Amino acid sequence: MPVAPSGTSSPPSPANGSSRLSHLRLLEAESIHILREVASEFERPVMLYSIGKDSSVMLRLAQKAFYPAPIPFPLMHIDTGFKFNEMLEFRDRTARSVGAELLVWRNEAAIAAGTNPIKLDTKRCCALLKTGALLDGLRHYNFDAAFGGARRDEEKSRAKERIYSFRDSVGQWDPKNQRPELWNLYNARVHPGESIRVFPLSNWTEMDVWQYIHEEKIPVVDLYFAKERPMYVRGEALLPVEQDFMALPGEKPQLVKCRLRSLGCTPCTGAIRSDAETIPEIIAELLSFRSSERANRVIDHDQEGSMEIKKREGYF
Amino acid sequence: MSATPVSVFSIQEFLAEEREKDLLRFSTAGSVDDGKSTLIGRLLYDTQSVYEDQVKSIQGKGTTAPGQIDFALLTDGLRAEREQGITIDVAYRYFSTSRRKFIIADTPGHEQYTRNMATGASTADAAVVLIDASKGVLIQSRRHAYIASLLRVRSVIVAVNKMDLIGYNEATFQAIELDFRRLLEQIAADTGNPVEASFVPVSALAGDNIVHRSQAMPWYKGHSLLELLESLPSSVNTRQAPFRFPVQRVLRPNHMFRGFAGQIGSGTVRPGDTITVLPSGSTAEVQRIVTFDGDLEEAYAPLSVTLVLDREVDISRGDLIVSAQTPAKVAKSIQASLVWMDQRPLLLNRRYLLKHTSQTVPVVLSALHYRTDVGTLSREPAQTLHMNDIGTVSLTVLRPIALDPYGENRATGAFILIDTDTNSTVAAGMITSAGTDDGVGVGSGLVDGWGRVTAGERDARWGHRGGVLEVTGPLELLDAVERSLFSVGVVSCRIDADDDAFILHPSLLEIITRIQFQSGLLALVVRVDESGAAMARTEGEQVTLDATDSNKATAQVHQLLHSAGIFIPSEKAGL
Ligand SMILES: Nc1nc2c(ncn2[C@@H]2O[C@H](COP(=O)(O)OP(=O)(O)O)[C@@H](O)[C@H]2O)c(=O)[nH]1
Ligand SMILES: [Mg+2]
Repeated sequence: MPVAPSGTSSPPSPANGSSRLSHLRLLEAESIHILREVASEFERPVMLYSIGKDSSVMLRLAQKAFYPAPIPFPLMHIDTGFKFNEMLEFRDRTARSVGAELLVWRNEAAIAAGTNPIKLDTKRCCALLKTGALLDGLRHYNFDAAFGGARRDEEKSRAKERIYSFRDSVGQWDPKNQRPELWNLYNARVHPGESIRVFPLSNWTEMDVWQYIHEEKIPVVDLYFAKERPMYVRGEALLPVEQDFMALPGEKPQLVKCRLRSLGCTPCTGAIRSDAETIPEIIAELLSFRSSERANRVIDHDQEGSMEIKKREGYF
Repeated sequence: MSATPVSVFSIQEFLAEEREKDLLRFSTAGSVDDGKSTLIGRLLYDTQSVYEDQVKSIQGKGTTAPGQIDFALLTDGLRAEREQGITIDVAYRYFSTSRRKFIIADTPGHEQYTRNMATGASTADAAVVLIDASKGVLIQSRRHAYIASLLRVRSVIVAVNKMDLIGYNEATFQAIELDFRRLLEQIAADTGNPVEASFVPVSALAGDNIVHRSQAMPWYKGHSLLELLESLPSSVNTRQAPFRFPVQRVLRPNHMFRGFAGQIGSGTVRPGDTITVLPSGSTAEVQRIVTFDGDLEEAYAPLSVTLVLDREVDISRGDLIVSAQTPAKVAKSIQASLVWMDQRPLLLNRRYLLKHTSQTVPVVLSALHYRTDVGTLSREPAQTLHMNDIGTVSLTVLRPIALDPYGENRATGAFILIDTDTNSTVAAGMITSAGTDDGVGVGSGLVDGWGRVTAGERDARWGHRGGVLEVTGPLELLDAVERSLFSVGVVSCRIDADDDAFILHPSLLEIITRIQFQSGLLALVVRVDESGAAMARTEGEQVTLDATDSNKATAQVHQLLHSAGIFIPSEKAGL
């Protein structure tokens, strides 16, 4: 069966003419509802735009939520200084094409001091370049709500995250003291200084995201598609060559056909060997996978429960 | 595309199949240690929904026998619960089979976390209630069955777990089934929402009757748990129900376009339909159903769309657009069931905020009729509701809202209550009926007291006492202060101190503010000063405001009102 073109004017007809809506339509409707609630109830919302596939879906949903009006909040990218060039180009192009205001926030002091995950450990590097920069950026612009593209299926501590995740005045998350969240009635009330992180894609899975990208023809960064790329090969692991400090003495990059499964910082994002050059091929590959999408991220593994610790400190 | 035609063909087939899949949301509940986490872990594992690295990370850990995987560790995510070995919060899990996608809300069985059970049930199409076969029906299982019925979860699957511990005994299973069916009947009589129940004997640990039918219980002729989940009716079909569309936002990109954005709560809409806007009652015709992907000829629940009407009608966020033939009720007095969810108990006559559809309205709990003891299903008189209590109350919203009974419509019959002080979500509410009589006080639950209204009663309702607040600064800042007070529900009266009347009659300002103050209002006396200076004063306390930052300045004003004791902390409110 051919893929239905998007952008037609036919109603989203349920499968087989039955009364059911497909799961993607249901997820889309839920996410759009969340985006509209936040835009209407908060004074200064912002969308944390991380350039990855989840952000790409979230951005498309924002376009849909307010169409034909423009997206009523800016995008903010937390730039650690370790992002792939393709990512930065894609970011600027995308913001321009959807007509959204783009803010870029960097922890310039830490970047100038040469912070990297080898010099420090990954935990302290993330604390400075990601969490620190994020909290600073939010504070600088006085944002009271920030959308993030995190999904509950990503990691165990995320499975317990609310759609509206309350943060105290220093941006921290208390998993034992979350507000109950019932129906689609979200409690948007915060005291001055407190804020909410909002996850419109909470109920999406990695598979849902790729299927939606496919059906909606949403552009994504080229790094997701398999190509011959120079890599440091260390056993199973493929490390991007972007940063000199990553190389072991005498180590030479090799050309490997590979792709990135999730986009992070260059030193901490491993690639996977892959032949998947199209989205259907990525989906096919996903079906055959036996490890989770974060397994190639260094940060989740440096400590048992490390994501939860980072979240408590203010990370997404 | 470089892949072989064969693989492209099969993936296209897969994608086509995926597009046919629907979605079923279910919650799981049981007492602590009934095996919920194990059961979910088992479901995920047996449907190949967990990755190898996730399995590897839990191997050799946990409480099970050596060599046996402790499936509970796949779902027990947070450090605290790994340390204590218990589930402490709602966790959402995702898996799919070739027929359906599933979202599980795994809710804990601890009594103090029962609010999470209601949270999970509020969005669920089905509930899986666990019973430990070696223990029989315990209080938590009763509570959960009750909440499932109260929150109108249509289907309940009762999984009688740990059958391995009782030698897969049929008689025990049947005794539990009989017991529980009787309980469900009693519950339906109380809540008015019957549920359809199926019973399945399982062992989560051994995998019996979870995905595959078990050889260990040949006497059981029914389906496995997963087969039952695959065959349940999915999200209650509300397309035939009366049209309900809460307006979330007015979209006005230019003066040519004015659309009303929202998610359809129930029913179907087509261009040409006549609609009524509530509570105002004005009528119009739907001209277009606008989406990013093009206009639609028809849209139905739960799609998110934007409606364009054929004429100018005054509509804003919080209004409910309904079919003109079958409108919703507009009312100020409401009867409802409440599940109390906060550490602080319910306070009668105190003001809360009620969030219903897309609006938030101040509300007073005017009467608590009874509390339901979930153990015995008896209705007891009560002065208050504590965390996890369930009660029936009368509420008076301070302005009319459009609604339906929850039994008829989940979208327009549900609400939450928010504490104006702590901003916590303190209760989940289900509307049972509403008064059409909106004369305040007449026939509503409000005529509880008698005589002159006291200062204490006013304070309790409004959440603040009377006061005089003087603010000087740029006009924009004054507006921001007034709006911020309004949005937290302060009953204020704005007085421009530079008005000619006060110059002619110098004592007038003092007289007016005194009367307002004594009536419990906040007299907001404003003076425009565009010089860049700004200040606020009340009851002898004065602060200099940041004239360049309205957000900061309003926060300073609220702080001032707190420290002057004009905003009343909720422990002290109430009578
Ligand atoms: N014998 C037996 N033990 C089980 C079964 N299901 C769970 N358990 C055990 O019961 C205990 C509690 O299980 P858990 O899933 O954590 O329960 P929860 O508190 O309801 O989430 C653990 O020690 C499990 O290994 C079962 O079917 N048979
Ligand atoms: Mg558990």
